[in-house]
Amino acid sequence: MSPITIFQARRILTMAPSRPLATHVAVRDGRILGAGALEELSGWGPYRLETRLADKVLMPGLVEGHSHLMEGAFWRFVYCGWFDRRDPNGRVWPGAKTLAEVLERLRAAQATLPDPAQPLAGWGFDPIYFDNRRCVREDLDRVSTTRPVGMIHASGHIINCNSAALAAAGWLRSGIDHPGVPLGDDGLPTGEMKGPEAMMPVAGALGMDRGALAGDEAGLRLFSRLCVRAGVTTATDLASPLPDEALPMLRRVTGGDDFPTRIVPLLRLTGAPEPTIRRAAALQGQGSDRLRLGRVKIVADGSIQGFSARLRWPGYYNGAPNGLWYIAPEQLQQALALALQHGVQVHVHTNGDEATDAVLDGMEQALHAHPRPDHRFTLQHCQLADAAQFRRMKALGLCVNLFANHHYYWGDEHYRLTVGPERATRMNACATALAAGVPLAIHSDAPITPLAPLFTAWCAVHRLTASGRTLGEHERIGVADALRAITLGAAWTLKLDGEIGSIECGKRADFCVLDDDPLAVPAMQLKDLPVWGVVQDGRIFAAAELPTD
Amino acid sequence: MSVTPPIPVSIIGGYLGAGKTTLVNQLLRSAGSARLAVLVNDFGELSVDAALIASRDGNLLQLAGGCVCCSFGSDLMSALQQMRELQPRPAQILVETSGVARPDAVARTLGLVPGLRLDAVLVLADAEAVRERAADRYVGELVRQQLAAADIVLLNKCDRVGSAQIDALHRWLSEVAGAARIVACTRAEVHAALLCGGVDAAAARARRALSALPGGIAPRLQASGAAELFDSLSLEFAHAVQVQRLAEALAAPPLQLLRAKGLMRDADGRPHVLHVVGRRAGWEPAPQGPAARGRLVCIALRGQLQADRIRAALAACAA
Repeated sequence: MSPITIFQARRILTMAPSRPLATHVAVRDGRILGAGALEELSGWGPYRLETRLADKVLMPGLVEGHSHLMEGAFWRFVYCGWFDRRDPNGRVWPGAKTLAEVLERLRAAQATLPDPAQPLAGWGFDPIYFDNRRCVREDLDRVSTTRPVGMIHASGHIINCNSAALAAAGWLRSGIDHPGVPLGDDGLPTGEMKGPEAMMPVAGALGMDRGALAGDEAGLRLFSRLCVRAGVTTATDLASPLPDEALPMLRRVTGGDDFPTRIVPLLRLTGAPEPTIRRAAALQGQGSDRLRLGRVKIVADGSIQGFSARLRWPGYYNGAPNGLWYIAPEQLQQALALALQHGVQVHVHTNGDEATDAVLDGMEQALHAHPRPDHRFTLQHCQLADAAQFRRMKALGLCVNLFANHHYYWGDEHYRLTVGPERATRMNACATALAAGVPLAIHSDAPITPLAPLFTAWCAVHRLTASGRTLGEHERIGVADALRAITLGAAWTLKLDGEIGSIECGKRADFCVLDDDPLAVPAMQLKDLPVWGVVQDGRIFAAAELPTD
Repeated sequence: MSVTPPIPVSIIGGYLGAGKTTLVNQLLRSAGSARLAVLVNDFGELSVDAALIASRDGNLLQLAGGCVCCSFGSDLMSALQQMRELQPRPAQILVETSGVARPDAVARTLGLVPGLRLDAVLVLADAEAVRERAADRYVGELVRQQLAAADIVLLNKCDRVGSAQIDALHRWLSEVAGAARIVACTRAEVHAALLCGGVDAAAARARRALSALPGGIAPRLQASGAAELFDSLSLEFAHAVQVQRLAEALAAPPLQLLRAKGLMRDADGRPHVLHVVGRRAGWEPAPQGPAARGRLVCIALRGQLQADRIRAALAACAA
């Protein structure tokens, strides 16, 4: 018989309805024997009492239902964001509040690069907070004229770069005519590259192209450290091309005794649906306890702040033309039907409400052709959904994972520019989702916003924007509901709620270890609650003891 | 300094189900030894005879005869760069867009890659379904935008609708797609020359002349059964030409030309190549050569070639 460990805690929030509070939890083989009082648990046989967490509060390991492993790899670049952000080593990088500070930070990082031709890349840049002072290539030329220098914006949709990066991409020339490449008075690109086509060659010159970042072992390890610091024990990678050659690495790294996170990568659908659905079905048996394969992600439209989301009438507040379909609605429906038929779970990115309608219509048709109870297909972001759409989600058995963090970072922009006050108020309508009975998760979309589910919960509870506006008073949800959304709620959307998301007999011994009780502290402090670390599969990972580099 | 002519690129657009893949499959079967590079989103629905595939390397299929087929997924830019660096250089690139792509946006992407020239935007329309699609709540606007971006609309699947309906579709398309030429077809069978800058099989002499021009590949393309649908006109002349003015005149709606290609000298004696595809007019400097006579080849749908007006335009544009 394997040994039993009983973890002693100050308090355990089990999130299990039959026994919400406990002081001890017994674990064998990485799974929970039970939560309760010590004398109840001792009946399982000889045990070792683990007292390291005796003054801590335990809750179920947090589940990040929409993040990207890329956040790990990004930390190899220079953080240039306006907000404070903690790196995988636990160091908090203060926000750079002016362009001058950003440039100074890049110059400081450059001092560590001996080769004058080696590229220097930054990320998280957010000039909307710089009073519309645009960054141009001459600004970054003041960092270096010899090496490619550039920064990807926090939104992920724009890169600013210097002359050397433009030259390396072959673009330091006149005569370019493309809406993603604005030109200066000299007829040359200003160095602000917008959209995938314009960004890609420059990203290549900067060493930050997506292909190079996917399947990156060091990035995966950095990502897992961020998870420990945020109390996360299960995180999605939404989505990945999952090349065959990356699978052995993913299995080896996640299977290591030192690896603290359960990773759920979703396979991104590109092109014709059938090959992707079949590949996902084939992947279902190829994972492990800490690598869950076999789900598919579909992207239906673009982003609201990039004006590429598909909106219903009356469209964008500033009159911008409607956005883009990233998949034809017929093909979307075909993919949903095939997935239902083959038992492959699908998560669909929609931002605009018209894209959400296309999924609802497609799902209705697909379910007629291939009924499948409890499919739990999930709408991701789904930011603009209205009450009627939530009611349809409920009727069709769909789940939703709303982008609560978005409100804080871009809510003011949505109010002022993209969708206007009324619809900005209803964006990411958590309260309406719950009222309609739609299974709810909330997310960070890291690296777009920081991986920190307690902050995400805080966002859903308060709906404050960066400027301090409460945007959508009536869509606020309670702390208990928000905590459920970042545990059982997200686990439900992954069909893992029978294994994780609460602390009860039979489930994985995945705990988030906190210094204080999130239900007892003032709700405004939820985001600042110190995370001590995690227990994952019964193994203790203290944030303070993580390897650093 | 020698002028390396840019590689012509044609965009094949149109909504899902319009016949893009059928067209590409046919083209690859009939391309023979023409050095075509065909870019597709993915190999998913491609039906290339296994016997035809000489080798496969990642996203690149090398076909017997010299064609290549490349899947670009979500990164058209890289694929175009890759095609530009191929040895030997492709004579023509064809890009099959995804059903939800806007051809005008793809055309702008081409402009970001040096050494390429947009030859034509061809948009397929399903005669049976296009009007319904164009009124669809989700994609209607997109379908109309796609058609509006066309230089030539290939009205496909015409065997499935009656002639009265085809007439009505012509009238409707002339509103939605403006000055674009409209070519009716079935099973996406159109002469490869329409896509790749050649002329019809009936004008063999003209084609020989054309093959001497930079980038001329028509003679190596096998004629498809649709060849008899076209008329062509080949002209030789001694005088210099206002190249831009002539190109624009040939692209103007009244002439209804599908394609024109010419080699001529401007007022300063510099040689130029002229291309017209549907409503799109293009011209560029050509390599210096012996001071030959100017040549111009034009094709239009059978019965629509207006030889007198073409001659008049040429005369009016003498430099």
